[in-house]
Amino acid sequence: MVFIKIFYAFISVTLMGGILGIGLAIAARLLVVKKDKRVSAVEEILPGANCGACGFPGCSGYAEGIVNKDADINLCSPGGPTVLAKIAEIMGKEAASSGEKMVAQVHCRGNRDTSVFSYNYKGIEDCNAMYSMFGGDKDCKYSCLARGSCIKVCPVDAISRDEKNRIWVNKDLCISCGKCVDVCPTGAIKMIPYSADAIVACNSLDKGGKVKKYCSVGCIGCKICEKKSPEGGFVVENFLATINYDMEGDRSGAMDSCPAKCIIAADTAELTIPEVEETQKVNE
Amino acid sequence: MSYIGIIITFVFINNFILTQFLGLCPFIGVSKDVESAVGMGFAVTFVMAMASIASWAIYHYVLVPLDIVFLQTISFILVIAALVQLVELVIQKISPALYKALGIFLPLITTNCAVLGIAIINVRNDYNALESFIAGIAAGLGFLLAILLMSTIRVKLDLEWIPKSFRGIPIAFVTGGLMALAFMAFDNALLNNLLG
Repeated sequence: MVFIKIFYAFISVTLMGGILGIGLAIAARLLVVKKDKRVSAVEEILPGANCGACGFPGCSGYAEGIVNKDADINLCSPGGPTVLAKIAEIMGKEAASSGEKMVAQVHCRGNRDTSVFSYNYKGIEDCNAMYSMFGGDKDCKYSCLARGSCIKVCPVDAISRDEKNRIWVNKDLCISCGKCVDVCPTGAIKMIPYSADAIVACNSLDKGGKVKKYCSVGCIGCKICEKKSPEGGFVVENFLATINYDMEGDRSGAMDSCPAKCIIAADTAELTIPEVEETQKVNE
Repeated sequence: MSYIGIIITFVFINNFILTQFLGLCPFIGVSKDVESAVGMGFAVTFVMAMASIASWAIYHYVLVPLDIVFLQTISFILVIAALVQLVELVIQKISPALYKALGIFLPLITTNCAVLGIAIINVRNDYNALESFIAGIAAGLGFLLAILLMSTIRVKLDLEWIPKSFRGIPIAFVTGGLMALAFMAFDNALLNNLLG
């Protein structure tokens, strides 16, 4: 009896293993998924920054999207025209440029000198962590929190902090991947065209009187910019001026006459904000 | 036992991770962010349901007739591993989207002790085919519940001040222990009260 049992055990395990193994081998043959050689070719050309600006998950995802899903070949902004030309060669498509390069910029210049703070934050250096505490330590809940989450997330180190704790994006380094826009909890980082000469460096949708109380460089929605530079594309909505960059008129009049001096040149790293006496203190 | 009883038992009372302490490797390893934790949870649910059916068939149509029940561990492992491989191949062919979501996790689960655990527990409880299948799904959902709770807690923990020596895995172990204590509140008395 014992021998028969051993025999059964031996036979059944052998058979099971054999059948399953052969079955898997056959299944692997039948269910093989063909891979297009162009996918790896395109992937090699792409910059490999895996920034996600194209909307696909990383460069390999975009390569697959180009070959298999007929995605546009001009979505890779870090690669620029050179990469576009090479991909066009592989795919046999026309190299149509993607229009103007967009860059990120921080639309807020508030710091300890200019803004009123509601409390002293002593948590971890992370904007989203701070945002979970009453929307940040400034009275202005639309502002740059200056904890540097965008600096950490930027794949090309284009974002820096000046000695006055203000964040600024170097537009020549920016590859327009939009990661900083996604990570910013207050939405103070917005995309602007590379050629933009001016930005409204404020993100506050509060009424003018309220903004004046908590920030000396905040847009109060006075509409002076609309009047001084009618061709500049200034639009004041929800007490915040925005610029329509399709209009290419002169914007210097608005920059000079903005009472809060929050319309600033977009290509300078240093700003000419009138220095404020350090009388504003944390609300007790 | 009724089907609802089986579901409540395996999701809450005998939760695979927090009460039976099976499948702790993915519980700690894949719970760093919510998205992959949910993917892992569904992959485990899927594999557990398949494995329950397959192991039930092997047990009742091969092992019992030949009187070689002592081979259940090795034959379950064999069948489950082959089954998961096959499922992976089929998913890759039929649905690339599903493969992207579950594909990375499937090979990890092939020899997961939770999957072998559900097969053996089904045999021990003498479940029929449908009961085994439901137990498999319920155990998988219990796994999903535990790993989802864990991952959301860990995402929050990442933003907290934690003493340096506790950061990462140590605080995750402490958290898991506390969660297991909380799950002790579910016991068979609850089931009796619910279902009479």
